[in-house]
Amino acid sequence: MSQLRFREAVRAAMIEEMERDERVYLIGEEVGHYQGAYKVSEGMLERFGERRVIDTPITESGFTGISIGAAIVGLRPIVEYMTWNFSAVAFDQILNNAAKLRQMSGGQLRVPIVFRAPNGSARQVGSQHSHAMEHFYAHIPGLKVLAPATPADAKGLLKAAIRDDDPVLFMESETLYGVKGEVPDDPDFLVPMGQAAIAREGRDVTIVAWSRMVHVALEAAAVLAREGVEAEVIDLRSLRPLDETTIVASVRKTHRAVIAYEGWPYGGVGAEIVDRIQRLAFDDLDAPVLRTSFLDVPMPYNARLEQLVVPQASRIVEQVRKVLYRA
Amino acid sequence: MHQADPGSRGSDAAETTIAIEAAAPVAAAPDLGLLRVLRDDGSVDPATDPGMSAELLLRAYREIKRLRLLDARMILVQRQGRVGFYGACTGQEATPIATGLALEKDDWVFPALRESSIMLVRGFPLVPYLAQIYGNSADVLKGRQMPSHMSGRAVNQVSWSSVIGPQLPHAVGAAWAAKIRGDRTVTVGFIGDGGTSEPDFHNAMNLAGVYRVPCVMICQNNHWAISVPTARQTASETIAVKGRAYGVPSVRVDGNDVLAVYKAVSEAVARARSGGGPTFLEALTYRIGAHSTSDDPTRYRSDEEVATWVARDPLARLRRHLVHRGLLDDAIDAAMEQELSAEISAAITEVETHGPPGRETLFDDVYADQPWHLAEQRAELLRGPKAPAGH
Repeated sequence: MSQLRFREAVRAAMIEEMERDERVYLIGEEVGHYQGAYKVSEGMLERFGERRVIDTPITESGFTGISIGAAIVGLRPIVEYMTWNFSAVAFDQILNNAAKLRQMSGGQLRVPIVFRAPNGSARQVGSQHSHAMEHFYAHIPGLKVLAPATPADAKGLLKAAIRDDDPVLFMESETLYGVKGEVPDDPDFLVPMGQAAIAREGRDVTIVAWSRMVHVALEAAAVLAREGVEAEVIDLRSLRPLDETTIVASVRKTHRAVIAYEGWPYGGVGAEIVDRIQRLAFDDLDAPVLRTSFLDVPMPYNARLEQLVVPQASRIVEQVRKVLYRA
Repeated sequence: MHQADPGSRGSDAAETTIAIEAAAPVAAAPDLGLLRVLRDDGSVDPATDPGMSAELLLRAYREIKRLRLLDARMILVQRQGRVGFYGACTGQEATPIATGLALEKDDWVFPALRESSIMLVRGFPLVPYLAQIYGNSADVLKGRQMPSHMSGRAVNQVSWSSVIGPQLPHAVGAAWAAKIRGDRTVTVGFIGDGGTSEPDFHNAMNLAGVYRVPCVMICQNNHWAISVPTARQTASETIAVKGRAYGVPSVRVDGNDVLAVYKAVSEAVARARSGGGPTFLEALTYRIGAHSTSDDPTRYRSDEEVATWVARDPLARLRRHLVHRGLLDDAIDAAMEQELSAEISAAITEVETHGPPGRETLFDDVYADQPWHLAEQRAELLRGPKAPAGH
């Protein structure tokens, strides 16, 4: 075990997999000489050289497109966006090519590729830098979408993603990059995709979260514990495939659920989870399933207003009180 | 998308009529000139002649002829409701056929709408090719892809993207992979004149130039993007000249001249293979027929304009050359046509014996391994009422 920050765990996963498989490459804006916009790829250019750590012009759609082409003929690119927000201009390549080429080719082609970047709110970066893009991508069959909350999961899931033969989208968070945690050193330590983790056990209510919101949900659970409410916090880790078994088992125990996530309330992964719970655990529910999400507005820049839009522990606590009929 | 304002069309119709250009000197500015080999009388320009063997020329003729006959038959079966859609190559066959002949087995092809036939030239059999148009159980694509989006892993051909441009960066990326791995593979990517307005044209050209990849990018300028003429697509003097700004050597070639296209593609492929980097080719041609079976071109262009280009038909020009060289006469030509028609008829008969792909195949190939939720959906579908027979 090593104590690593989240960014170091992501880096360790990439380095180990690039040493293990020479077909793996890292490409993106500022990943090489600048050491990564968030220093995730620090030292990697020196270690692997310019043929495997590739700085690109500012062209997300372009380097996504060429990486898909390279994956078709047998490379395994890791594509870094400076943030997931900027993947919007590459959306066509991801939607129409990465996600579909295996299916459209009758299984003759495969696109083993990892797209990774920080996602969701950061601090005071305005509406165009604060999107929770997982909701757009998780809708698409052919893609896998991961959103780890801890350094260990970041490493284990990213390594699994790089070894996977399908396109995997890996959601990091600018606000998590500095978070420290115990991370296994075993070069074959993998976290399987599609398995949620119980971040905190509890009997009174289930809070489902992923990525940064797991930490906020744990904060809310600590507040609730002081009120005598024991919340179970599920860290989804993987949004597609989705571990509905763990969610449903928890709700069958607690009979109440709140989904806490970044992103807007209209549709999205949060609504998907609510659907599964009402469909699969209807008779076990003692209250409607509620959600805590962004307010339904583009993200403001002003810090005070931004804090109102982004889910806080207090808002999760408030929703939990509602499902417990204590509000 | 790609529709000009019809209200402004009438006033400057004369400006948008597509004229045939004379061959122009290419040495100084190959992106502004026009590389041509075949002369009107069937002879060749010795200064540009690539010296194709008699065998290769006859092969090119046969392939173009087969494609011409195949396209006509496919439009017919589409009109009869036997297939859903078809985009013919008629009038612009010289470029895909010459490209197919200029490549090696391990090279990769990323076609656009009208270059699917390259895989036939490179050895993909006709029956499974037609099965991709019918989308039936003989189709290696399992009935999932539109007609005229043909692909085959066996011949290193990848389906183009209906969005118009995205296949060109794929071609650059495949070439980039070859460069990284140090193998000698070359990739060829296609786009149309309309596609050059898409961001992926810029992406591909820019990255091909920056990374100096072994890629040949070919624009089939057939002068019409559905109803939009090239003059309304770009104000650039030629499309080829756009390559200059990306640092990509570019050549404008007579796309109705098989010998000229073969020369341009072969030289570009040889340079790419020897580490000389990318080339951009603009093949000047004309779409004789409709954009697709969903289009009526009489609404936006004149019969006179079409007639001037029919007179420059690549098949007729090659035929003239073969006759000039004593390689072809009416009897050989008629026998070839009969043989090819019979081959196509037999293939259509065979392919139409196959039914639709099994519905259980719907859930395959979405992922490498079928996830549990798709296994559940599959089981549910198979438990349910059967689909109507034949569909």
